[in-house]
Amino acid sequence: MGPYTCKECSSLQTMEQSHTTVISNSLSNGMSMHKNHFNGTIPPMPWFGMDIGGTLSKLVFFEPKDSITAQTEDETQLLSNVTKYLTKNSAYGKSGHRDAHQQMDNVQICNRIGTLHFIRFPTSEMNNFLDLSKKKGMAASVSTVCATGGGAFKFEDIFKNELNLKLCKCDELDSLIRGLLFTVASNNNECYFWSQCTEDEQCSTQKYTFQYNKYPFIVVNIGSGVSVLAVYGPNNYKRISGTSIGGGTFLGLCSLLTGCNTFDEAIELAANGDNVKVDKLVRDIYGGSYSKFGLPGELVASSFGHMNSKEKRAQVSREDLARATLVTITNNIASIARMCALNERIDRVCFVGNFLRVNPISMKLLSHAMDYWSNGSQKAIFLNHEGYFGAIGCLLSFDERFKE
Amino acid sequence: MEEKGNPNSIKLPDTLEVFRNLKNAKQFAIDIGGSLTKIAYYSTVSFRRVYYATDNIDKNDDKNKDDKQDKFVYTYSEQARLHFVKFETKYIENCLDFIGDNLVNSDERKGKSIKATGGGAYKYSKLIQDKLGLKVDKEDELTCLITGCNFLLKNISDEAFVYNRNGSPEYEFQTADPHVFPYMLVNIGSGVSILKVESDNCYERIGGTATGGGTFWGLGTLLTKAKSFDELLDLAEKGDHRKADMLVKDIYGGDYETLGMHSDLIASSFGKICPRQNAESDYNEADLARSLLFAISNDIGQIACLYAMMHNLKKVYFGGYFLRNRSLSMHTISFSIKYWSRGTVQSLFLRHEGYLGAIGAFLKGTEECDGDKFSWLENYAGSGSNRTQLSFGKRVDQLELDRWESPLTFCPLLKDPSSYIPDTVDLNSDKEAREYWLNCFEESIENYAKFISRVQLLKIQPFAYGNLTVRGLLDTINQCLKEFDFPDPYLTQKRTENEYALTCFQERLEELDSLDLEERQKELIMGVLAGNTFDWGAKETVALMKTGEFDFKQARSRIPARPWLIDSLDSWVEKICNEPYKKIAIFIDNSGIDIVLGILPLAREMLRQGSRLILCANSAPALNDVTHSELVVLLRQIAAICPIISKGLDEGRLKSMETAQGGPCLDLSRLERELANELITVDLILLEGMGRAVHTNIDAEFLCDCFKLAIIKNRWLAKRLGGDMFSVVCKYESVNVSK
Repeated sequence: MGPYTCKECSSLQTMEQSHTTVISNSLSNGMSMHKNHFNGTIPPMPWFGMDIGGTLSKLVFFEPKDSITAQTEDETQLLSNVTKYLTKNSAYGKSGHRDAHQQMDNVQICNRIGTLHFIRFPTSEMNNFLDLSKKKGMAASVSTVCATGGGAFKFEDIFKNELNLKLCKCDELDSLIRGLLFTVASNNNECYFWSQCTEDEQCSTQKYTFQYNKYPFIVVNIGSGVSVLAVYGPNNYKRISGTSIGGGTFLGLCSLLTGCNTFDEAIELAANGDNVKVDKLVRDIYGGSYSKFGLPGELVASSFGHMNSKEKRAQVSREDLARATLVTITNNIASIARMCALNERIDRVCFVGNFLRVNPISMKLLSHAMDYWSNGSQKAIFLNHEGYFGAIGCLLSFDERFKE
Repeated sequence: MEEKGNPNSIKLPDTLEVFRNLKNAKQFAIDIGGSLTKIAYYSTVSFRRVYYATDNIDKNDDKNKDDKQDKFVYTYSEQARLHFVKFETKYIENCLDFIGDNLVNSDERKGKSIKATGGGAYKYSKLIQDKLGLKVDKEDELTCLITGCNFLLKNISDEAFVYNRNGSPEYEFQTADPHVFPYMLVNIGSGVSILKVESDNCYERIGGTATGGGTFWGLGTLLTKAKSFDELLDLAEKGDHRKADMLVKDIYGGDYETLGMHSDLIASSFGKICPRQNAESDYNEADLARSLLFAISNDIGQIACLYAMMHNLKKVYFGGYFLRNRSLSMHTISFSIKYWSRGTVQSLFLRHEGYLGAIGAFLKGTEECDGDKFSWLENYAGSGSNRTQLSFGKRVDQLELDRWESPLTFCPLLKDPSSYIPDTVDLNSDKEAREYWLNCFEESIENYAKFISRVQLLKIQPFAYGNLTVRGLLDTINQCLKEFDFPDPYLTQKRTENEYALTCFQERLEELDSLDLEERQKELIMGVLAGNTFDWGAKETVALMKTGEFDFKQARSRIPARPWLIDSLDSWVEKICNEPYKKIAIFIDNSGIDIVLGILPLAREMLRQGSRLILCANSAPALNDVTHSELVVLLRQIAAICPIISKGLDEGRLKSMETAQGGPCLDLSRLERELANELITVDLILLEGMGRAVHTNIDAEFLCDCFKLAIIKNRWLAKRLGGDMFSVVCKYESVNVSK
């Protein structure tokens, strides 16, 4: 949890009345202590940022690695317990995961140097998460947590009742942009692209040097649904489009069509399938390419277009259906992203969001679509911390305050 | 003209044949889609046309004199007609067999070809060749679509409409607009093609998406037990997408206020399926179908909108097999386009969206549809929505277009042709009027089986044939009559009445000539109004006329005291006494007393004042309205009695012309071109009778002076207009005064 408050958040949330009140709180483990409020100085540790999405909740935890200690003994002890629990494990409960490979070292936040840890769990497991937090005393030292995503609104009351925590709500898209800009600036290896994406065999990732201080660029955030943002400056962006056909649609449809239960399972199935048996291609209709309008024969003319035929249905596997679902949704997102970029006259398009996690198929398709339909003028860019920017941005919301 | 009078003797066959006139079919085109197949064929239909009394026909032909006992001459005339039949592609073999069996002359087929388009043209090419013995010429699908779309937008009235689910009217039909281009056409077939159309010959495929009708159908088949596209749509109409979709409120618990997103917006389609958030809200297959329909319709709307904005196009038409004029799909697409374009792009739907490709394929390289030579009219009697069954029991849908052998055009005197709407009342938006008129039509013509089924369909779907108007209903009756070979049921009636009226003509002239100029002008208008009472289309006067004792004098005495409901008689009289018109066009109404004792004395007076005169009559019969051929004969008979009219005819100052209308109303956007040319120099247009001056055109504005004269012979309408039975509309508008 993010045991600090931020002025920015509090100014957003008018219902937050007392700013520096000290609340006495009796904890489940019997430890009694003061809850601190950030008042313009460095907030008390531990530092968290939370992004509660429609499907996944993302948690970023800052582990200080410098030797500065400005905390009470109780606090130090607590921080140490929390750190130990979070960093020594990579799985929490049944469905919480820490993405160890995502870990960012030597990050500077509020003049502190430390490591960022990245944790995710399904939003549907929120109750288990709350139980665990209670048990581990993660919410013990503070009264307010900075959170973003729709869940920051939806679960506000539960956090209040269960953990006696106020959720200080940061805007989802503000956080996303802030987190993205920060990450790109602090991590030289954050961005990459897929080279030679037209040739599947030779297609590979290459480091991309993103000139993050050069605007504008497009951000396509693919979570349960999709948001498309045009970013014109550090504090200047607009949501230009979006679609309800996103990662949630992929998982939902895949689960209905194949019986799978998790995203990783669905991606695994898709990796071993072939959409050509499911989709109707241009050549299936015209016997070849539709040359009058420059449509190649291999182009998908109708996603799932074969599936109203009984014979064709008998020939497809679960893997094929999963693959077709993935291809359909990815291509659709590519279309929308491409046209939005074109309408805004922007050629750099960053794709982020957890839909891209362990999903090279989609990344290659997106790269290919952007490249093919724009004759190489538009570029699809990917970021290593694909789904965590909202949570990072949330964590940073007080850092900006601090710098001022 | 009103609800039908007494066609008691008429009985019509009550079923409509599918693939009508197949035996005469001359040219074929077929559009084979993944779901539906449309066959188009051109054929001629012969109709009996009847000529009244001594017409030119028997003048030079002694043989016909034998027929003079009944004084009618029937001739057969051929009319060209385009037929379209739509059925599910899975029945293509049955349909091809049916056509093969019914084409009479197989020799004629030799060396002939059928134009084929659509995705299936490639696949079924051999089958068509085998079954029909016709060579298959493949035509480009998208080119056909555009050609078809242009044809419909230009030729068929009320083809395009805006759909507002919660609006009144729900269907807002677009009036015929001479400026069709540019527009965007989104064809939703298995996939989606997006086309930018700038003129008949200038178009471009600007994009598309693979998420289309085939995706809905394919995924829908995998997710539900629906067996056909329509079943899938039926399911979707019953479902609740909130069981499967993650809405904004499922994520936020309410609205997402900073972005102005309403809590009911779909955040993630199918987003609630996995992982299940709570088990109690279980979804069923209808919920999934609805969720799928929303996902795909929204998506197509969004992508269409992005393309429209990219190319700066404001009008987007939709074609293909996906929408099927279903309100749920049309609403979703409209909503999506409105949402994403912030109202700057308009989504328009087509009544005949499914026929675009077939029409286009047919038109390719044919002379039969040249827009400069012909015009087209939807045949309401032959067109129907998915009700008719083929002989082998499959549902089909039909469209028939009748060809008019000359181009029709706008009346040149209309002040603003692009905003001209002939009809006074839009029955789609006026529920009270709709119920009244539909009941009227239904009650009074019980024997018209075909028509009744149309009326009943209209009660459920008022928009089925475009804008619902009194004019449309009256046209439908006439088409039904013609279709079932009643070329002119009022022929005898009209003849008898003309003959009777002729005997009173001289006396009426003497009476008028005894008056001074000003009194005479007033009395002439009274005469027109009295004459206009004699209308076999008006139920209430039919009752009076049937007594046999209701004559011109009685009618004259029933005209209410002035001031009338609309009364500009004084300014008319002042004008006509001081400054006669140079050239006048009169659109006439009924036979008998109306024309002979009402209009012709007025015409005579105008000729006497030195005006040139065009009497404009219907081209085809409608109730007891004077047809052009009857008018020619009648004028000859009058000329024998009246030297002024005789002189006018001889000098060419009095002409009779046909309007191209075949109903009791007047659509000034579809006039015979010859008449339109003649009208350019007219300085007064006179519209007579309820059909021409009240049901239509009461609000029409003209570039020249105009005079609308009618007597309201319908109690309901009179009351609605704020008057009583036999109220008078005497509306004289002078261009100079209004300036």
